[in-house]
Amino acid sequence: MTLAASDTKDDAAEPAIENRRGFGIVSREGAAVAATILFAALALLPLLASAIDDPFLIVTATRIMVFALAALALDLVLGFGAMVSFGHAAFLGIGAYSVAILSSHGVEDILVQTLVALGTASLFALITGAISLRTSGVYFIMITLAFGQMAYFFMISLSAYGGDDGMTLWNRSTVLGSDVLESDLVLFYVVLAALVLAFFALRAVVGSRFGRVLRGTRDNATRMRAIGFSPYSYQLTAYVMSGAIAALAGVFLANQTEFVSPAYMNWQRSGELIVMVVIGGMGTLVGPIAGAIALLLAEEWLANLWEHYKLVLGVLIVCLALFTRGGIAGAARRLFRGGRHGG
Amino acid sequence: MAGEPHLEVEGLSKSFGALRVTDNISIAVPRGELHAVIGPNGAGKTTLIHQLSGQLKSDFGRIRLEGADITRLQMPERVRRGLARSFQITSILDGFSVLENVALAVQARSGSSFRFFARAASEAALNAEAMEALARVNLIDRAHRTAANLSHGEKRQLEIAIALATGAELLLLDEPLAGTSHEESAALVALMQELKASHTIILVEHDMEAVFALADRVSVLVYGRIIASGTPAEVRDDPAVRAAYLGEEEAA
Amino acid sequence: MFNLFILQALNGIQFGILLFLVAAGLTLIFGIMDLINLAHGVLYMVGAYFVAMFTAMTGDFFLGLAIALPAALLFGILLEILIFRRLYERDHLDQVLATFGLILILNEGVKMIWGAAPMSVQIPAILSGSVPLIGFVQYPIFRIAIIVAGLATALGLYVLVNHTRTGMLLRAGATDGPMVSALGVDIKRLFMLVFGLGAMLAGFAGAMVAPILSVEPGMGDSILILTFVVIVIGGVGSVRGAFVAAILVGLVDTLGRTFGPILLRSAMDASAAGQAGRTLAPMLIYILMAVVLFLRPSGLFPARAAAV
Repeated sequence: MTLAASDTKDDAAEPAIENRRGFGIVSREGAAVAATILFAALALLPLLASAIDDPFLIVTATRIMVFALAALALDLVLGFGAMVSFGHAAFLGIGAYSVAILSSHGVEDILVQTLVALGTASLFALITGAISLRTSGVYFIMITLAFGQMAYFFMISLSAYGGDDGMTLWNRSTVLGSDVLESDLVLFYVVLAALVLAFFALRAVVGSRFGRVLRGTRDNATRMRAIGFSPYSYQLTAYVMSGAIAALAGVFLANQTEFVSPAYMNWQRSGELIVMVVIGGMGTLVGPIAGAIALLLAEEWLANLWEHYKLVLGVLIVCLALFTRGGIAGAARRLFRGGRHGG
Repeated sequence: MAGEPHLEVEGLSKSFGALRVTDNISIAVPRGELHAVIGPNGAGKTTLIHQLSGQLKSDFGRIRLEGADITRLQMPERVRRGLARSFQITSILDGFSVLENVALAVQARSGSSFRFFARAASEAALNAEAMEALARVNLIDRAHRTAANLSHGEKRQLEIAIALATGAELLLLDEPLAGTSHEESAALVALMQELKASHTIILVEHDMEAVFALADRVSVLVYGRIIASGTPAEVRDDPAVRAAYLGEEEAA
Repeated sequence: MFNLFILQALNGIQFGILLFLVAAGLTLIFGIMDLINLAHGVLYMVGAYFVAMFTAMTGDFFLGLAIALPAALLFGILLEILIFRRLYERDHLDQVLATFGLILILNEGVKMIWGAAPMSVQIPAILSGSVPLIGFVQYPIFRIAIIVAGLATALGLYVLVNHTRTGMLLRAGATDGPMVSALGVDIKRLFMLVFGLGAMLAGFAGAMVAPILSVEPGMGDSILILTFVVIVIGGVGSVRGAFVAAILVGLVDTLGRTFGPILLRSAMDASAAGQAGRTLAPMLIYILMAVVLFLRPSGLFPARAAAV
């Protein structure tokens, strides 16, 4: 019995994304255990910082956790939705600018700033996502990249709010009138709490009805349509959720650095977020957190060693793309299960 | 309305570039009928299934489901109206469990899927209905396996279970026997025999023995056109069919 | 006002021609190999550096250009053999990552070899100065040379794509890749050729702007994004689409930046118009892209749609 090539063409037209993602790489329980250990270690970090008398450790850790939160957000669309968004830095920037712009007008409360950040980012995600998701493949990547750059150039030319030079915050956001966030330690724990909360919330989301549709669409969109789902609205919802969480990371980023500039929205930043998700292991939620830690520490370490460290970083990323599967999470799984490949 | 065909197709055509893959196809399938579509390779059978299921837009023609025009509806909308398909090349969610593959089809028609926190895999109602569909295709004992690890024949059974779980009353089965062993094929034929009692079925199949055993009526598709349509006996004796198709098969 | 319009329209066309040179190779790479190449912009940068280096070495721009072009071609082929060849069968994410890493390597590599400071290239004497166009309008000869050279290249590409056997394979490849390999064509060599050609065109664009822009690390990044906009508007795989879209984007961007604020001034007061115009003008091409996508999700001249 032979199959006619012309007859089968349409089934082959939408190949399932190579299945190296999702809880196939690490089990659901494994991810939760790994994340709990990671969070506990982070929670104890200030003890270490005071023991070795290095307050800068907390500042670095806060910065890393901010990017971990953004990478976690990206994992929802990239790892669970197979949407290669190359414009996620824009959401980070929207969050950061919400803080800076509102605070320059005297609105310093973090709750108000966060609401505005989430609202603006959701709206931006809704509009750009609605257009981008009409396409797929290379088109989707290029369009998200282009919209990200649009936001970047918009902020560069917005000279009223610093333009290319960015804006310096006079002080960090207040919480119901109190300036507790001025303490690096408090900010550290607030960001950690947000990260933990986002992790467990997203973990619930990807296991929910909604998440199951998203994962099913990632694996085989045609199959999902053939059982009666229209993937578009689910993908768009995930894109908006992801953008909003990345904007939350931006709110914290502005507070951590007390400075905001268009450079936060640069496309290289979006690329770094993708790298974090992939080295950590996409579609695992815990992986992107590990990936953010690994990439940022590696950058910091390499930058101290050699002025041209980006060359090394580039080589590592190329090797990562060409030779590895499943990132850190995949490697951990192979270590525990003994050599079986994650693909 | 009584007497109205379950599915009625009028003048359906589809071209790829200059090539007319389906050409002015008209079929009426009454409720409860198993209507087989046969034809040599490249006759346009899978294209026809794609058009009926809504995966491909048709260039010309009308498709009516229980009297309602569904020509312009997309595939998901047609499924929700009770028309589901299986795929010639197994199309399942490899990374999901067998149960979840089927439960997703149940989920698609049971309330909103915009629910974000409760764990879908533990929804008893969805799983119970999914188990019923699995029971019908004899896959109960495989329910918790990862779908990718099923045998080929089991995957073909899963395809049918998924289509059943959509709740559709009209099934488009695209070569369900493709690539199956003799025993697997016998099990699937028995399954389709059972399904005839509850479903209207359009069956595209190369296995003539199975077609003539199962079909109430047969349409023969050659180069995108239906050259004969009737009971298996009528079609078997049709000279045009013998010339164009069965003769070729016997000679081969 | 009319003179300004002519001047800016010419600038827009010149910019569009450059975008086309970069986009032409990239759209074929996307279309034929289904490969997303973020590193195409750095080839433009490498072309600029090559011409700067060889011009300095030989003391003559044209001699420098004559060496830079084959050097860019070889560089493209080298990258194809080392990296891109391994990416054709991979999913888009791997391609994004690998080419993103390659950008870091090349941007930093350029910094290591030539330093972070911008380099400049003298406009050759024969092409310096301006010519009068209409009335008082003067236009730099070098920019005219860019337009002429770009149009000549576009014409050459048109002939190559539409009237040669290689071109036939390219067109067939953009609409149906597997068919081309089924014809028994050495697909590996075809890919290498397309890649080398794309690298050389991008390098040519970089070389042409070297005398009027500063040659610096990262100069390929911003043109890459604009190239993407061009390809998305024109339709992946279509050289004709790339040409139309490139000129369109060049004109809209250049004219928008000049006349946006002027037009807005009729609706609001001058300073607000200036501010709003400066902010909105850079977004115009993205809005254009969004509109085109909304109306025609696969671009103005979709290469694939004809086949399916």
